[in-house]
Amino acid sequence: MSHSTVPRSRAEAKTTDQQTAPGPAKKRAASGRRTGKISFRLRFRRDRTLILMTLPAIALILVFTYIPVLGNVVAFQDYDPYLSDNGFVAMFESPWVGFENFQRIFEDSAFWHAVQNTFVLFFLQLVLYFPIPILLALLINSVVRPRVRAVAQAIMYLPHFFSWVLVVTVFQQIFGGAGIIAQTLRQHGHKGIDLMTDPGIFKFLVTAEGVWKDAGWGIIVFLAALSSVSNDLYEAAAMDGAGRWRRMWHVTLPALRPVIALLLVLRVGDALTVGFEQLLLQRDSVGPGASEVLDTYVWWNGIRNQDFGYAAAAGLIKGIVGLGLVLTANKVAHLMGEQGVYKK
Amino acid sequence: MTAVIDKPAADFSGKPSRWAAPPRPAWEEEPSRAGLAGKGLALTLAALAILFPLWIVIVTSLQSRKTIDAAGGLVVIPRGITFVAYKELLTGGQVQRAPMVSLGVTLVGTLFSMAVSVLCAYGLSRIGSLGHRWLLMLLLATMFFGAGLIPTYLLVQALGLTDTYLALILPSAVSVFNILVLRSFFMGISPELIDSARIDGAGDWRILWTIVMPLSRAVLAVISLFYAVGYWSAWFNASIYLTDQDMMPLQNVMIQLVQKQERPVGLATQINTGQLSPLAIQMAVMVMALLPVAILSPFVQRHFKKGMLTGAVKG
Repeated sequence: MSHSTVPRSRAEAKTTDQQTAPGPAKKRAASGRRTGKISFRLRFRRDRTLILMTLPAIALILVFTYIPVLGNVVAFQDYDPYLSDNGFVAMFESPWVGFENFQRIFEDSAFWHAVQNTFVLFFLQLVLYFPIPILLALLINSVVRPRVRAVAQAIMYLPHFFSWVLVVTVFQQIFGGAGIIAQTLRQHGHKGIDLMTDPGIFKFLVTAEGVWKDAGWGIIVFLAALSSVSNDLYEAAAMDGAGRWRRMWHVTLPALRPVIALLLVLRVGDALTVGFEQLLLQRDSVGPGASEVLDTYVWWNGIRNQDFGYAAAAGLIKGIVGLGLVLTANKVAHLMGEQGVYKK
Repeated sequence: MTAVIDKPAADFSGKPSRWAAPPRPAWEEEPSRAGLAGKGLALTLAALAILFPLWIVIVTSLQSRKTIDAAGGLVVIPRGITFVAYKELLTGGQVQRAPMVSLGVTLVGTLFSMAVSVLCAYGLSRIGSLGHRWLLMLLLATMFFGAGLIPTYLLVQALGLTDTYLALILPSAVSVFNILVLRSFFMGISPELIDSARIDGAGDWRILWTIVMPLSRAVLAVISLFYAVGYWSAWFNASIYLTDQDMMPLQNVMIQLVQKQERPVGLATQINTGQLSPLAIQMAVMVMALLPVAILSPFVQRHFKKGMLTGAVKG
């Protein structure tokens, strides 16, 4: 990255000079360019359009991301929105309770149950879901006919663009009590089954839904890595007598290794987020015992039970632990010589 | 499908078909018959796992009550086609409004999101411009923390956005990830081109509109699709910010009618008198939700790789 006080480019510096009003500013700029510095005023004049262009997005992010972060103070309050007409004013009138909300959370067995469900689902998805896009990418990559490849990719990408509501209702038509499996069983004189509402297998159902929706989309990253492998490597390996499988083991997989490592690390950094919308949609049908995770716990206590301070505290716990995980995961990525979410 | 990838077509005369395999390098061994069959089978199974459920949904939505009753529910093999379910849906009440609501929110939201994101991405695309680093930091920092559900909910309430469609657009209008993808694409455009336009007297607005945007059609298409799919698929914000059932978008109506199996308001008589199958209605609602996405995404497909990977993780 070039140093921020250097003109953006020579041509730009020239035009800026021409546009500048006559007087000391121009002089300063002219001499400043020689020493590699331009005055703040001049830079502002040059870049004000660019800054203006960023403002709508910056304003939206400030209002809807940064301000709510400050709103987390309600976690330390017995917040009551009805103390005032406006929720914000109520924030100043609600009594402070210190860490009482956190204490209540840690004493709540439902919270620990949600923590447990979150981790079980995370590990299950890691073991059962993670390898599938890699295998699919290897499969697609071995198809050489362009049209077959394009059609296969189009089909596999499709469910990624479906809403969770659609994915859950589609699964309902297959595995639900009135789904095609139960229907066929009943027609052949068996008892119907409803796999959608069985808490025992719910975690596998959730993983299967995730695979159906996103495993196909996940192959994009791996396909890109595969297409960057030089054909010379394969040829050299073949010359040395490596067959199809040994070429895959010694050329293809090493090429995927950095991507796999990076995605794994990023996934771990995001471990506490295990499909909020997906689980919330099925919370009623399968019950909170099997489906409650940290995110839905926050929703239940805050939105449903209107216990805002308590729910905000639970959300804050998740946010802080999540931030720690992301930072740790990035640290690990850097140690492995990879680029994480941010650069070193 | 197996047949298609079975034997390499040695067609060297004229233009090779896109279905045919390109010539194999000399060092690569001919694939074994078993290997090809296995590959074909795996691909076919993967495709079926995705398409078969959709087939059932689409076919059942097009069947008459009689066919559905005879099949005992979902229909796999169609017997004739009738659009009665769609006709009834589009003439009655809440379900008629819902697709329009979703369409409106998606169109307005996508335009708004794209305008805001493209402007911001261009504004940050000149390394070394004033405040560039600070503004970028401000965006990047949000990738490490979320605002949290409860404070966001309280904020939207305090701003008075509840029970307005603004609550479905504004809180999720900008995605920092999308801005970064756009930005890194803009940064890849040759600086000489932009500099020469500047020397010719073009300002930043003009450069963005006449040079940068026409050169970025691919990434603009991908990001528009991402935003549009986001708005079309969203249901959670509507479920917590809207109370008026008549304002609900399609996804929320789908939850009520299909997932929770509630009877659609306004169609009760047709269903009770046996004219209409409630199942066909449910499937028709699902088809309405999946059709726009299924039609649009293949068109943008060839740009996915570019849009997804153009330095998506570059800082």
